[in-house]
Amino acid sequence: MSLAASVVSAKNLGLTFSTNDGDVIALSDVNLEIGAGEFVSFIGPSGCGKTTFLRVIADLEQPTSGSITVNGTSPSDARLNRAYGYVFQAPALYPWRTIEQNVALPLEIMGLSDRAARIQRTLELVNLTGFEKKFPWQLSGGMQQRASIARALSFDADLLLMDEPFGALDEIVRDHLNSELLKLWARTKKTIAFVTHSIPEAVYLSTKIVVMSPRPGRVTDIIESDLPAERPLDIRETPEFLRLAARVRDACAPATRTRSRACASFSTARPCPFSSCSPRSCSSGTPPPSG
Amino acid sequence: MLAAIVLFWYAAAIWMNAPWQDTLNSRANLTNVPFTDFALSTWAQAKPVLPSPHQVFAEVWNATIGTDITSKRSLAYHAGITLGGTLLGFALGTLLGVGLAVMIVHNDASNRSLMPWIIASQTIPILAIAPMVVVGLGAVGVTGMLPKALISMYLSFFPVVVGMVKGLRTPESIQLDLMRTYNASPWQVFSKLRWPSAIPFLFASMKVGIAISLIGAVVGELSNNAGGGLGVRLLTGSYNGQTVQIWAALFIAAGLAAALVIAVGFAERLANARMGARA
Repeated sequence: MSLAASVVSAKNLGLTFSTNDGDVIALSDVNLEIGAGEFVSFIGPSGCGKTTFLRVIADLEQPTSGSITVNGTSPSDARLNRAYGYVFQAPALYPWRTIEQNVALPLEIMGLSDRAARIQRTLELVNLTGFEKKFPWQLSGGMQQRASIARALSFDADLLLMDEPFGALDEIVRDHLNSELLKLWARTKKTIAFVTHSIPEAVYLSTKIVVMSPRPGRVTDIIESDLPAERPLDIRETPEFLRLAARVRDACAPATRTRSRACASFSTARPCPFSSCSPRSCSSGTPPPSG
Repeated sequence: MLAAIVLFWYAAAIWMNAPWQDTLNSRANLTNVPFTDFALSTWAQAKPVLPSPHQVFAEVWNATIGTDITSKRSLAYHAGITLGGTLLGFALGTLLGVGLAVMIVHNDASNRSLMPWIIASQTIPILAIAPMVVVGLGAVGVTGMLPKALISMYLSFFPVVVGMVKGLRTPESIQLDLMRTYNASPWQVFSKLRWPSAIPFLFASMKVGIAISLIGAVVGELSNNAGGGLGVRLLTGSYNGQTVQIWAALFIAAGLAAALVIAVGFAERLANARMGARA
């Protein structure tokens, strides 16, 4: 597969959960291409379907309409081919395994050889060399999450799916891990899909930012980042960064001026980004209920 | 605490053995016996209603250390017989319990159908079942350790099923999702995730299971006094009014149960250490 080929390609993708209270539309009409080597962030308020979309890529949820390919095949085949590593919101390390045994878990399951070399290399990538024999509870939360990233990297899948991996960590640890993740991405040339609800995090990390909105979950904007590839942490104080962050904030949070614009367009051609808000609630200035 | 129990025990022994001592004294035409002599003699009867602690421990000592282990009078010999039945029954019960738990967790039909039967099985009084098992199996030529072990198994599989169903279901959904992203086989999910997370539950259940296994073995012996065992000693003791013998057998049984629970606890600590639990 050539470098420019798309790793994930979704067309008119929809997913509806049937619940006892009726159908919940988690995803509606999502069209998205993720190219090889991109770092794509998904951002939006909770309930906008960003995690669901990641789970559809991972074949953990089944779409109910539209089509999606991963590496040119169905998500199911991609999962069977072990095409991706998945990093969850919580580290989900097995407490009865040491760090190196945790990293070895996918290798054991997939029956891969040269485990010791792979473990050493991936632990080095996430700066955990020297902690091989520790048990998870002996490590801090940030180190545990790094170990879970190492576990996702150990079998060398080209696609890394990350579902709010740093959501539970404090801001200082988070900044540190963000810059380490960027270095790791630059070294490994992997394609990364990254779910977050932090705008600075999304802007700092991504080459492409996908803004989503809830009820029904759908993509409202796709913003290409014009920031340079080399991103020290203090890039976040540059005007370029702040301009991009403001654009993302406008796109996903309908603060005053954005909402009035959205409402103005509601009655005309473009649909309101908040399908759940009626024209009345828009004009009265009350935000739509967030979920 | 122990001193309080012993004190209470001695006092109770005076009170409970007093009527018989009165009879003995009147037969011997003894009157006006001082209280201290009276109390000492209630503690030294041959077949007291309630033997005093020193009588019981003397009997325990004589019947274990003081008697040849191959002798039919040795409580160590009988304890050995009971222990054999207990351990075999416990092993069978644990295997059965784990097997049933695995079926319940992995098979929806078993999940819906098995549990009510398992609970119903424990509402039947074991004292009613035990003679039927022992006599029934004896009629088809199965005697010795196996019938007792089956009764032990019948009692001890229950806590293991309940504990292991809970234990095998402890993995969170993200841990199961993780296995799915690796395209792990059901066997790998079981051996690398469900089984290790159920181990603490297994040990907790086994501690309960081994104590009631011993009860099962003793109850099984009550129905067949030819084979020997602590249950037989209890039974012959009560036939012959040998209260000291009954109490000695009871203490041996209690000591055995405590030792077995401690042994399981020790195995648990070893397993925990291997599995990286916090010290």
